[in-house]
Amino acid sequence: MAENNPFPGENNTGHVWDDNLRELSNPPPRWWMIGFWLSLLFVVVYTTLYPSWPIGQQATPGLLGWTQIQEFERRVAQVEARRAPFEEQIANLSAEEIIADPGLLQYTLASAKVLYGDYCAACHGSGGQGNPSYPVLADDDWLYGGSIARIKESITNGRRGAMTAHADLLTEAEVDALSTWVVELAEGGEGSAEGWDLYRAKACNACHGEAADGVLATLPDGEIVTVGAANLTDGIWRFEPGGYESARHTILYGVNQQGVPQTRDAVMPAFGTVARVDDVEVRKLSPEDIKKLAIYVHQLGGGS
Amino acid sequence: MNTNSAVPPSSVEDLYAEADHWHVNTGGTTIHAKRMAGRWRTIKWAAASIWLIYFLGPYVRWDDRQAVLFDIPNRQYHLFGATVLPQDFWMLSLLLLFFAIMLAVVTALVGRVWCGFFCFQTVWTDVFTWIEEKLEGSPAQRRKLDQAPLDLTKVRIKATKHGLWILIGFMTGFSFVAWFADAPSLWGRFFLGQANSAAYITVALFTVGTYVLAGFLREQTCFWLCPYARIQGVMLDSTTIVPAYDVGRGEPRGRVKRGESTQNREAGDCVDCNQCVAVCPTGVDIRNGQQEGCITCALCIDACDQVMDKVGRPRGLIRYASLEEFEGRPPKALLLRPRVWVYTAIMTVALAGIFYGFSTLAAIDLKVLHERAPLYVRLSDGSIQNRYTLKILNKMPEDLAVRISASGLETFTLVGADEEIMAAPGGVSSTTVFIRVPRAALQGERQPVIFHAEATRPNGVQVTAERESVFIAPRP
Repeated sequence: MAENNPFPGENNTGHVWDDNLRELSNPPPRWWMIGFWLSLLFVVVYTTLYPSWPIGQQATPGLLGWTQIQEFERRVAQVEARRAPFEEQIANLSAEEIIADPGLLQYTLASAKVLYGDYCAACHGSGGQGNPSYPVLADDDWLYGGSIARIKESITNGRRGAMTAHADLLTEAEVDALSTWVVELAEGGEGSAEGWDLYRAKACNACHGEAADGVLATLPDGEIVTVGAANLTDGIWRFEPGGYESARHTILYGVNQQGVPQTRDAVMPAFGTVARVDDVEVRKLSPEDIKKLAIYVHQLGGGS
Repeated sequence: MNTNSAVPPSSVEDLYAEADHWHVNTGGTTIHAKRMAGRWRTIKWAAASIWLIYFLGPYVRWDDRQAVLFDIPNRQYHLFGATVLPQDFWMLSLLLLFFAIMLAVVTALVGRVWCGFFCFQTVWTDVFTWIEEKLEGSPAQRRKLDQAPLDLTKVRIKATKHGLWILIGFMTGFSFVAWFADAPSLWGRFFLGQANSAAYITVALFTVGTYVLAGFLREQTCFWLCPYARIQGVMLDSTTIVPAYDVGRGEPRGRVKRGESTQNREAGDCVDCNQCVAVCPTGVDIRNGQQEGCITCALCIDACDQVMDKVGRPRGLIRYASLEEFEGRPPKALLLRPRVWVYTAIMTVALAGIFYGFSTLAAIDLKVLHERAPLYVRLSDGSIQNRYTLKILNKMPEDLAVRISASGLETFTLVGADEEIMAAPGGVSSTTVFIRVPRAALQGERQPVIFHAEATRPNGVQVTAERESVFIAPRP
């Protein structure tokens, strides 16, 4: 082929098609070849130093002994070391002392915001705005008290309110009278005397309090004693949408009543109690996390 | 015989002798331009000396710190007495607009003054070739040296040259970094290996960049890299004065013949000595008219004037002139040109904006974020509560105790603003406040509310900021 090359003097391979289409033998530029060999060298060095070649379920460990999980743990340890002084203070200080320290409070709120998003927001809303039948946390209406101590208690042990279903205990007329009276109270009225009489006669005050504000007694330190019964005198309804029909439904079927299908569900799970699962003690949140959350919820707008 | 009108042939003959060496730049070969003293050469050095500010500026002090310091880690930009935070950076865009328009207006009036006299590419190349000439000699000697075999002398000369070039490149990079760090202490930190890695990378890039661009690429940068050379066509018009060859006077060009005098010369004033090409740093022939390669450095004017003096003809065969002038039209007055008005208006607006910005540099800045989840909360006494996150930016160099107040609603309670907020210098401090409005005082779903922040500086000056937000209530 070389003897009858139609394009002599050119570095072609002698392969010619269609008269003039020929294969040239141009070596890649030197810089390119240097880069090529260097990249091969890089692969050899890299795969020697770092885990690379698969062997069954494993891989060659690499001379440096580096692993991803170690790297991850190292970084997590870094973050935790950074947080440790704050966490230690939070563990040792009371909630009031934490609130008094602006820097620590800022850390606590930032950290609690994440916990709130993980554990609370699904029911109570991202900003504590509540959801139908899940109480608003940003207002000052508290079924069990709005002090930090009470909020901590609610998170740790959970809450499970109870109200008897009155469908079989009251007549239709009595249910209607009480519902009407409750709406009057909620709209800021005094409430009819007959309503108050019926309220007391049917022992509603045993749970909702003498003044129908959900308070059974007030302790000398200002804490209130409740069983979680709603304040009937304010404009905030425990169960949406509120008003006559809502009130009537609650009176008829109660709250958390076994065997009553229409009953209201109102359960706050316990986040701090210890349970044994497969002989391992587990709980959802540590006391420090609960302390942070109590502070966070308290400052959402209605803490007392 | 009139000696004035007779051309002394010997004066131009040596020019003709070397004329064959001067070629128009077609790329591929290094241009060794001839250096000639002259009026424009002097102006060029004077203009280039502006760049001394670049090298010396970082060492100017002001109030115990660097006068101009772009402190990126702390996000503070000190300009003499003023401190600019990133929030005020809209002024930078006005400054850039100002300079962009200034470039346009100058180009429209007197051509590529930036390219020819001020551009770093031109100035650094000029300095690099000046060093080259000092070390290697005239263009002819330089060409000879380039082709000479490698011997000890050549190595010594070349090594000195490249060493100086790299040194200038290093100083260029170091001076750049010095605007962003405390310059005097940067020297120590840099050579002890304690400076920021960004400093080393920047200096390395600038050193290599300067060395390659000013040492080797030179006019190729203007031809092939710089976009400005390409857009000059739309900036120039027929009234723009640029260094130009007077075709009517010069053509037909012809060499001076022996015994020829001004009276019996048949050719035009151009004696075809090629000196204009010889001195051109980009290697173009100005006699071909305005072209992309011409950076309007005016060095050909110096060259031509000297030749005109030698051959006893008036100066100005190549001169700053507009197209209109060559066409015999009277030059248009500066103020009658719409470009001047439009460009001046834009520059004035930009400048006014910058002055406004600097005169109203607020000491504190208040931002108000209205809580969205929930938009409002009904409290047990029937009042409506809104939650706001306030962010206070303190632009002063000291701690400020900021008091928060609100106005705009008839009856309301501001909760959470009893204590002053300590705002750290140069940072944002945030706080949460609530506004409560009793049920009876609610007026509609949306009402404007204005938050005020005020603080007293240590020198007794009261600083304030305010921000409007909204109070949201349920539909009545």
